[in-house]
Formats: sequence, C-alpha cells, structure tokens
Amino acid sequence: MNALTGHLSELGHGVVTTVELTVVTTIAALLIGIIVAILRITPVPMLRGIGLVYVEVLQNLPLLALLVLFVFALPQIGITFPLFTSAAIVIACYEGAYMAEAIRAGINTVAVGQAEAARAIGLTFSQSLRHVILPQALRAVIQPIGNICIALLMNTSLAAAVGVVELTQAANNVNLVEAQPIEVFTGAGIAYMLMALIIGFTTGRLERKLAIVR
Amino acid sequence: MVAVRQLNKWFGDHHVLKDVDLEVAAGEVVVVVGPSGSGKSTLCRCLNRLEVAGQGSIDIDGRPLPAEGRELARLRADVGMVFQSFNLFGHRTVLENVMLGPTKVRRMSKSEARAEALALLDRVGIRDKADNYPAELSGGQQQRAAIARALAMHPKVMLFDEPTSALDPEMVNEVLDVMVSLAAEGMTMIVVTHEMGFARRAADRVIFMDDGRIVETGTPDEFFSAPRTERARDFLSKILPH
Ligand SMILES: Nc1ncnc2c1ncn2[C@@H]1O[C@H](COP(=O)(O)OP(=O)(O)O)[C@@H](O)[C@H]1O
Ligand SMILES: [Mg+2]
Repeated sequence: MNALTGHLSELGHGVVTTVELTVVTTIAALLIGIIVAILRITPVPMLRGIGLVYVEVLQNLPLLALLVLFVFALPQIGITFPLFTSAAIVIACYEGAYMAEAIRAGINTVAVGQAEAARAIGLTFSQSLRHVILPQALRAVIQPIGNICIALLMNTSLAAAVGVVELTQAANNVNLVEAQPIEVFTGAGIAYMLMALIIGFTTGRLERKLAIVR
Repeated sequence: MVAVRQLNKWFGDHHVLKDVDLEVAAGEVVVVVGPSGSGKSTLCRCLNRLEVAGQGSIDIDGRPLPAEGRELARLRADVGMVFQSFNLFGHRTVLENVMLGPTKVRRMSKSEARAEALALLDRVGIRDKADNYPAELSGGQQQRAAIARALAMHPKVMLFDEPTSALDPEMVNEVLDVMVSLAAEGMTMIVVTHEMGFARRAADRVIFMDDGRIVETGTPDEFFSAPRTERARDFLSKILPH
C-alpha cells in the first residue's frame, strides 16, 4: 500500500483535476448537445446540415487524434490555450456530439401533438422548444446522458496524452517512481469506479425525481 | 370572422382540399361533418397554419394569415384549437398548462394568469384538478382542461377537431356541455364532430365535406332531416342510429 499512501497528495491532485475536467466538460457538452440537437430539428435545411456535419465529423474521429491535433496543430497558426483548457474544449466538443444524438432521440419521444399544441397557443418555435419540447425530451434521456457522462469521465484520461496531469497521468507519474503498476493503477481504477458510481447514482435519483406522470 | 377562399391543399400528389370556400361570421357556430379522410382535419389545421395550404386565401378577422414568424404566432394565439387527442403538456400541471400561453405569449403577470386560469378551470368544472398532472385526469377532464387552455388566450375563433372522438361514451357529454355553453355565449366556433346532438343544440350551420370538397351546407334541421345530395344521404345512413 506504500506506493499509494506515500503519494496521496499527487494522486489527490490528479483526482481533483479529473473531477474538474469532468464537471466542466459535462456542462459544456450538454449545452453543445442541446444546441446541436436543436440545429438538427430546425425547419431551416442549412442549419440542419450544419448539425448533421458536426455530429458525423466528431463521432467518426478518435478523441485522442482530436486532442493531439488541437494541442499541436493550433499553435502552428498562433493559437495557444493552457493545456487544461485545450483538453476541456476538445472533450466537450467531442462528447457534445454524443449528447446531441441522445437529446435528439429524446426529442423524438415527445409526441408531435405536444409541439402542435404549443404552436396552437401561439408559442414561437424557440418558446415551444424551451417550455414544452426540451423539458420532456431531456427527462426522457436522463439515463443515456448519465452513460455519456460516465464515458466522458473515462475519456478525460486521454488528456494525459497532451500533458494534463489528471488521475491517470498522476498514477503514471507515481508508478515511474515506485514501479508498482498493479497497486497504483488498481488504486486509480477504484477511484474512477467510485466517481462513475456517483454519476450513476445521481442520474438515477434525477430520473426518479423528474419522471413525468404517465 | 373567418373567410376561406378557393383553398386547395395537396399532400404530394394527393389533392386533399379542393376549392374550399367558407365564410364564418362572428358568433357563428359551424359544424363540419363528412367521412373519414374527406379533409376535415386538414381544413381545420390550415386555419391556424399547422398545415400550409397550396393555393387560396384565409383571412381571420379581416387579416390574411401571416406566413410565419412572430406574426403567425400572434395569429395562432387568436385561434384556439382543441385536438382529438387533447395534447396537454405532460410535464406540467393542469393549472400550468392553462397559464403557459397567457404568461409566455400574452406576457400576463403570473398572479393574473393564475387567477384567470383558476376561473376558467372552475368554468369547465375541474377547478379541483388544477394541481394534478394531465395523466391523472380522465379523458373528459383532460379535454375540458384543453378547452380551458385554449380559452385562456381569449381567442377570436375556436377550432375543435373531433373533440369527443377519443372519449369513452360516458364522458362525451361533459365536454359537449362546455362547448354548448361556449356557443351560447357567442364564441365563433368551427367544430368537426359527428355528434348530431351537439349540432342540433348549438350549430347555426352544418357543412358536409366529401373527398376534399364542401358538398352541402345547411341548417342542422335541413341537413339531418332532408339532405339534398346523395352522398350526404349515404353518409348519414351510416352514422345515424336507425
Ligand atoms: N400529413 C399528411 N401527409 C399525407 N397525407 C395526409 C396527411 N394528413 C392527412 N393526409 C391525407 O389527407 C386526407 C384528408 O385527411 P384528414 O384531413 O385527416 O381527413 P378527415 O379529418 O376528414 O378524416 C386523407 O386522405 C389523409 O390520408
Ligand atoms: Mg380528422
């Protein structure tokens, strides 16, 4: 156990960074997901096209490749962000595509009659979305969104590849000193599992609390 | 109040409304009957532009139907619509359903909208269900809530598309009674229904549609006792009890 207890502060920092990265990117990915899902259902063909291209491009590239590209290619044209920010932007955009698809599936579960009734009382397209469609669509996909959050949490470990010292990188650093890979990475794995459990527990509670009476 | 001229509507190649002309005066109650697929729903839906007509013009209260955007939203607020399947917002209580339009479209204050919504729910007889969710109500109660939701916008015209067709028989009258009292108060109404009782009690005029055309129009008495066209006679023989 010494390999772990001797480096609690380093590993603790790693956990904090992982949590920060997860929380920030989850929020951003949700917002991106909502916007892209809306693009995909607008009556404007051009906007629908943009939404479709966004989803197709980001879902069909490996996250690691996107991270590396963003971090190493952008400085070539004079754009640099801190590493954490770069990783957060890329992960949020990437997971945003998955969020968009989940939310769009949620929108499809809302009966057409709901949108028609909303329009019939004079709500505009955006008001119908905000007050009638999205609240019901999001409730329908809390569980899938939770699963995306868990995938996102696991994907934050790829930020290690571009120099962010999150939990996996911290564990790696500790292992370089201690050379106890089994202990160190089992410890890190348990930490990931606990965080994933918390996400699953939270989405389960949310789902029950917000369930629509049917 | 409503003036429809030479309205034509296609779904792809399918010609669903053919040269429909219809004038409805303020305070008039028009019942639309006709076989399934004759275009009754489509006509209703064209009147608040849930469907876009291919040709022809529609004026509501002297103004042509706007094409889209805010203008259209404003017009829709003036045309109440009641659907066969109620379409109450499932994630909101009955009271919130009724308040949504007034607060978001008419920018009424919450407290004012609430007071008015409660009065409307009282009027349709479901004041005690204000804080329930739609799924907790019977079909008849849901449809009355939907009528209250439409009335909350102070519409100039009310459209009803088979408002009682999805109801169990014992709930039909509670909804029709609300509609009859609305008619008696002078609401302009276009009602797609096969409830002959309602037509006789409340309608000024009955319109018979078949295959996308208005085939016959007359007072309820004329139409039900002495239909002039063969198609109307044939239709009535199928829906009236012998
Ligand atoms: N969204 C649609 N797309 C294609 N055809 C439609 C659509 N809505 C209705 N129709 C067709 O238009 C015709 C008229 O339908 P409708 O107005 O619903 O008739 P009614 O209400 O009198 O039963 C029917 O043949 C129906 O199949
Ligand atoms: Mg119909």
